[in-house]
Amino acid sequence: MDIMSILFPVIVLGIMAVIFGLILGFAGIKFKVEQDERVSLVRECLPGANCGGCGFAGCDALAAAIVDGSAPVNGCPVGGAAVAAKVGEIMGVAAEAGAKKTAFVKCSGDCESAKDKYVYFGAQDCGLENALAGGAKACAFGCLGDGNCVKACAFDAIHVVNGVAVVDKDKCVACGACIKACPKALIELVPYDSKVRVACSSHDMPKPTKDNCAKGCMGCKLCEKNCPNEAVKVDNFLAKVDYDKCTQCGACTEKCPTKAINANH
Amino acid sequence: MSLFTIFLAAIFVNNFIFSKFMGICPFLGVSKKLDTAAGMGVAVIFVMTLASAATWVVYNLVLVPLGLSYLYNIAFILIIASLVQFVEMFIKKSSPSLYQALGVYLPLITTNCAVLGVAVLNMNNEYNFIQSLVNGVGAAFGFAMAITLFAGIRERLEDAPIPKALTGFPIAMISAGLMSIAFLGFSGML
Repeated sequence: MDIMSILFPVIVLGIMAVIFGLILGFAGIKFKVEQDERVSLVRECLPGANCGGCGFAGCDALAAAIVDGSAPVNGCPVGGAAVAAKVGEIMGVAAEAGAKKTAFVKCSGDCESAKDKYVYFGAQDCGLENALAGGAKACAFGCLGDGNCVKACAFDAIHVVNGVAVVDKDKCVACGACIKACPKALIELVPYDSKVRVACSSHDMPKPTKDNCAKGCMGCKLCEKNCPNEAVKVDNFLAKVDYDKCTQCGACTEKCPTKAINANH
Repeated sequence: MSLFTIFLAAIFVNNFIFSKFMGICPFLGVSKKLDTAAGMGVAVIFVMTLASAATWVVYNLVLVPLGLSYLYNIAFILIIASLVQFVEMFIKKSSPSLYQALGVYLPLITTNCAVLGVAVLNMNNEYNFIQSLVNGVGAAFGFAMAITLFAGIRERLEDAPIPKALTGFPIAMISAGLMSIAFLGFSGML
């Protein structure tokens, strides 16, 4: 057997491989995309759940945004201060500790307190129920309790208890998925350590609010008058707490006749 | 055979998935959602077209003249792997948005037997350059069509009341089998 019949293919394939290798190597230099090495470092610090809570498409997108400066180092609401500190180390800036937040459902109209205007037999979906005359609750602003927020939560932090969604603030990472899922826009992010919160969203006049729900905010302004720091404002028959001014003194909660504003959180 | 016949035959009669059973891995793996399936389909069209052109050139202009046509398997794998790598780098540089869209799927296709299959078929059928290209594009369109149709069906299966033992992959396999039987109807058309 001619040794060349073995050597020849080896040489030809070898030459082909070298040519392709050279082309790829050349292309690697020619088409090199300048990627900041910090992007991958930052990406490794992020939780990697791709929840989108930061407002970017995912952890990769946030990492790129942090490195090019369009997002703050504490841009990840899920990772909180721990991740912000690590990212800050990579970026060479001291992490401004973002105040930890938690989601909060601004409704306390549970099965006992809130009246129904009809009996809903449809599918368990807030959007569907909401489409039927704003849902079964007499109060047009109340939580429907079908649990779209529960389905949206990736962290098992929100549950429907006695007809109203309740956030478990120790599990909540403030990613905002439930906020987007709620057709009534009942959920908002509040400071994690805040105690005084308004658990009502009703902008109805005092009389219908009182008729519809035993726990509704009627807009009586007792909280506003009793607040020493002007932190509570009643606007359109609904109290709102300004957490920059609130000192958690609880003066408003003592005076509230329906306990719509309370310190049970 | 006219080019049009080759094209249609590659899409329907000799559909890579349903009658040749090639590329089943991405077909089952990336068909859970319609948009990812469509992304995969586009990426396959892209790679298969380029691969059938490149493999034709190397086979007919290098391997055959040197009398080494028996090396076609190794050579084709080499060509396809480096081609996909090259294309990936090129897209990453020239069009980041396309790279974002195809990104995950390009490397997946590197080792896809459908791409190798089209190159080998072109060789076995002794197609000329244009015919190879048309066959490659047709086969890729057939793949893209199959995977998008299948993804549409699987999205519906998600909500369908399926016996518990059959949920997930079993029902997907059964649906794929039924689709394959349906595509048997095209055989003998051309």
